[in-house]
Amino acid sequence: MSPGFQGRPRSAQPALPPGQYLTEDFPVLSAGPTPKVGPETWEFVVTTEAGAEYRWSWAEFTALPQDTPTVDIHCVTRWSKLGTTWQGVSLDVLLDGVDTGAAYALVHSYGGYSTNLPMADLRGGRAWVVHRYDGGDLPAEHGGPARLLVPHLYFWKSAKWVRGIRLGTTDEPGFWETAGYHDYGDPWREQRYAGD
Amino acid sequence: MTEMSYLDGNMLDGPLRELFAVDLSAATGRCEACGTTGPMAGLHVYPHAPGLVARCPACQGVMLRLVRTPQRAWLDLRGATYLGIPLPPDQPYPRPL
Amino acid sequence: MNAPPLTWRVARLVERRAETPTARTLVLDVPGWPGHLPGQHVDVRLTAADGYQAARSYSLAAPADGERIELTVQRVPDGEVSPYLIDVWAPGDPVEVRGPVGGWFVWRAADTAPVLLVAGGSGVVPLMAMARARRAAGSRTPFRLIYSARTPEDVFYADELRRRARDDRGLDVTYVYTRAAPVRWRGEPHRIGPADVNTHGWPADLEPLCYVCGPTGFVETVADLLVGLGHQPRRVRTERFGPTG
Repeated sequence: MSPGFQGRPRSAQPALPPGQYLTEDFPVLSAGPTPKVGPETWEFVVTTEAGAEYRWSWAEFTALPQDTPTVDIHCVTRWSKLGTTWQGVSLDVLLDGVDTGAAYALVHSYGGYSTNLPMADLRGGRAWVVHRYDGGDLPAEHGGPARLLVPHLYFWKSAKWVRGIRLGTTDEPGFWETAGYHDYGDPWREQRYAGD
Repeated sequence: MTEMSYLDGNMLDGPLRELFAVDLSAATGRCEACGTTGPMAGLHVYPHAPGLVARCPACQGVMLRLVRTPQRAWLDLRGATYLGIPLPPDQPYPRPL
Repeated sequence: MNAPPLTWRVARLVERRAETPTARTLVLDVPGWPGHLPGQHVDVRLTAADGYQAARSYSLAAPADGERIELTVQRVPDGEVSPYLIDVWAPGDPVEVRGPVGGWFVWRAADTAPVLLVAGGSGVVPLMAMARARRAAGSRTPFRLIYSARTPEDVFYADELRRRARDDRGLDVTYVYTRAAPVRWRGEPHRIGPADVNTHGWPADLEPLCYVCGPTGFVETVADLLVGLGHQPRRVRTERFGPTG
């Protein structure tokens, strides 16, 4: 023990999941170079378990009905940020009319990142593809042009630079889930690592 | 700023020496994606992430991932086809029959 | 090469010296220290009363000296570890240290190739360890140090570098200032460029070993310049550091 060392404040505020600390800034986490994707080349693709593809160009995507969620986000590296404001399209809208009985989704990104989650967590007004943050366009370092936002799970599930979702009948682990992270990642149950 | 967020593979030595008896940052590695070989110390390591991600400096392919949990380490080397590790002189293996 | 097992050892502060208004050299006593090579670094770990831990890496600033090691730490505003080490840590209080770490960004006195050291800001620390080790080993290997700092007040080891540039035969030291230069310095403040590296480095024909240490952007620039001037990428060893405090 080093006397006098306290480290950054680790408060037990009721609004925070266990083991999290509050931050006011917005740390940038990255597992690789930031992909450069312009709206002219960006597209979003949902691929069903039968191989059917549903595509949106940037113009088509931004013309869809927009939500403006205000949510708390929790990063597995232990920071939490409260009351973040976003704008984007609910997955309920994107999945409406998609013919699927899949139970799982593998979200993939420009730059090669991926993450898995159950279909149920993408539905019910709990998940969005967002393209604006805090009143401005979503900056590239935070996932722009567009990222997934699934705030009830640890933030690594909210894939930056999202490109599409592949629907499947089995749970296929993504980038961090194949390297020891939890397949579900509920911050309130502190599901950080496989086996938690 | 974001393109500048990586470090050198030098920094892998500490985390990897929890697992191995040799300094793997001084080893030579071959990228599975593009075939480039070079010192692991020359990889681009992205440390501001849930784990360490080390990428080939030529093609940015992921060569190594290391996640350290309180109970165990998870090491993924599938992006490196080999590691050449300098060792002190000793009998070669396989030994003479 | 085989490396000694990494274990956390308890270090105690022996001395703290001011290098600049925001940087301190810390002299540590580490019982059981296995020795190290210039260029290597250590991990420093702090533990709070409730068990919370924070660890950071710091370059070793001086060559091995028994169980004494030296670190030079730049205070990072809002940092978690550097403010403790600089302002709070009292002699006698325990701090854990693990190392030495890193077997690539090192200089060995047996290597006789000319050496170019290029430092950006506090990136001078491991390069200073090399210059000091050169002198300690009585090496005649020619060294050139190009040191980029914001202003003269930001230069670490200023007096010692002045003395070494005068007394250590075969060690040349050149400065590049990015914000404000001394009155007698020729030229305007600028970021390091091809002319600096070309004029004050070694020709690529001599196949020098080049060590570049600094912030990522600085290292990127200098490594590209060196390769552009014909140096083999494998002769250019780099150590980037990020903004962790």
